[in-house]
Amino acid sequence: MIKVEHLKKYYGDFLAVNDLSFEIGEGSVYGFLGPNGAGKSTTMNIITGCLSPTEGKVSVAGFDILEEPLQARKKIGYLPEHPPLYQQETPEEYLRFVGEAKGLRGDKLREEIESVIEMTGIESVRDRLISALSKGYQQRVGIAQALLGDPEVIILDEPTVGLDPIQIIEIRDLIKKLGESHTVIFSSHILSEVQTICEKVLIIAGGELVAFDTPENLEKLEQAKTAVHLTVSAGKEEAEQALSEFFSENPTDYQLTEADEESVNIRIPAAEADTKALCRDLFFLFAGKNLPITEMTTERASLEKVFVELTEQSAESEVSAS
Amino acid sequence: MTSVLKHELRTHFHTLSTWLFMAFLLIFVGIGAMLYNIQSAVANFEYVLKFVCIGLVVIIPVLTMRVFAEEKKQKTDQLLYALPLSASGIVLGKYFALLVIFLIPTAIIAVYPLIFSKFGEVYLLGSYGSMLAFFIMGASLIAVGVFISSLTENQGFAAGIAIVLFLLNYFSVRLSEYISTGVAGTIIALAVLLLALAAIVYVLTKNSNAAYGTAAIGAVGLIVVYLVDKSKLENLLPALMSKLSFFERFYGFVDGVFDIGSIVFYLTVIIFFLFLTVQSLEKRRYN
Repeated sequence: MIKVEHLKKYYGDFLAVNDLSFEIGEGSVYGFLGPNGAGKSTTMNIITGCLSPTEGKVSVAGFDILEEPLQARKKIGYLPEHPPLYQQETPEEYLRFVGEAKGLRGDKLREEIESVIEMTGIESVRDRLISALSKGYQQRVGIAQALLGDPEVIILDEPTVGLDPIQIIEIRDLIKKLGESHTVIFSSHILSEVQTICEKVLIIAGGELVAFDTPENLEKLEQAKTAVHLTVSAGKEEAEQALSEFFSENPTDYQLTEADEESVNIRIPAAEADTKALCRDLFFLFAGKNLPITEMTTERASLEKVFVELTEQSAESEVSAS
Repeated sequence: MTSVLKHELRTHFHTLSTWLFMAFLLIFVGIGAMLYNIQSAVANFEYVLKFVCIGLVVIIPVLTMRVFAEEKKQKTDQLLYALPLSASGIVLGKYFALLVIFLIPTAIIAVYPLIFSKFGEVYLLGSYGSMLAFFIMGASLIAVGVFISSLTENQGFAAGIAIVLFLLNYFSVRLSEYISTGVAGTIIALAVLLLALAAIVYVLTKNSNAAYGTAAIGAVGLIVVYLVDKSKLENLLPALMSKLSFFERFYGFVDGVFDIGSIVFYLTVIIFFLFLTVQSLEKRRYN
């Protein structure tokens, strides 16, 4: 649906997007992740034709965004980072203009406006001036504008910013629903959000694509790093002794630190599949020694860690390159 | 284009500056009609339009200042870029909306000569001929104002620059008469103007080569004229200024000469500045 090839964008001397290539298929929700200044908004602006790339090609539904801009833009609904709203109009007037600009007329236009008003839940404010609406409602009007005309590709730049928790859930459900019949790309800082609604995640850092996979697969990258954490009411030596006996057959690189005078913290790395057995064995080990375990948790791989790791790697390689 | 036109018209009627423009235009015409047609009992409505010209210098920038500057400031220009609208469609839609706004008070003014003709002989052909020229001149000033608005996101700045440019244009002929009409004086004055033009080109395009190019082409032209025929340079400046003066050309219509050349001049200005505005919009995509 969207094909990005060797995209580069310079702002003066600053390289914002560096040789970005990816391809996005039909009918699915894609999350766009990256730290601030990674080039997310720039990339989205280029895909939607708001900005020209310095180098590279973008095509949407087979239309090149530079050579056939009008056809390509007809396929896209876009909500930029700042919702582009005319403050002195009501949502209904505003949507009528956007619908007309998208080529809708008459009954079709009226139907479309009603349907996006319903989808985004702005019925109650349709006749108020946009300038008088709260940030959350303004954001929804912005989303409504992007959905008008039922475009095949919907691109939302941080759609849940400024919304309250209930609105966030509503918008997430909406995005999920849209993903069934449209290609939706949205950027976000909130990783749990991306995890719950995206089928695939693009992570960019320093203007480069560092990962493009399903959230599950990305987590697998980290799974070697699962570990069991426990706190035991014991002196350092006692605990040390118990563990060295326990690991006498297969030495493991565990960490043992003193938490306070009467307890210690222990972190034992383990493969995801083994954690359950390990927890059981550790329980019986310390129970047998009369050393009560006061806390035991399993540290799992999270998208958050993948994100931090991948973006840090890219930042490091950039520093070493320069 | 029609969607932009409709939207712009709706926005205009919600905007104070639009109403100010229409109100002040009617006030200026009203005062002019009082002074010339009623107090001095002159039958020519053309003189009123001539009187209003200095008012246009101020009220047209007030009308055009927000057209693109406001979009930029509110970041709604991003919407226009993302919608399936061409840059020329956006510019034309906005420009035609402004023409409609200008047409409304002009239509009211058009009744004046008819009213006066009830009380005596009015040369209606002259009145309406110059009214047509007045509208076309206003349309060309609007095109310049639209372009200036597309360069900035500050409305006040857009209005200020347009007022200064229009004032310079308004007084250009009279100012140029103060400069020596001799060859040396003309060369110096033209050189200064050339530098100013190059500076404007640089400010607009941020491209030093374009500015140097403009200055170089002008300088070469000046030298060629000097070498070929020195005498051509005498009186060149006032002649040039009156050729480029929107208002001086309009006074020709007031004097009863319907000059097609001037109409062509105005239309050329309109096309040229609308073209520049489209370029200015396209250029923003590259920033």
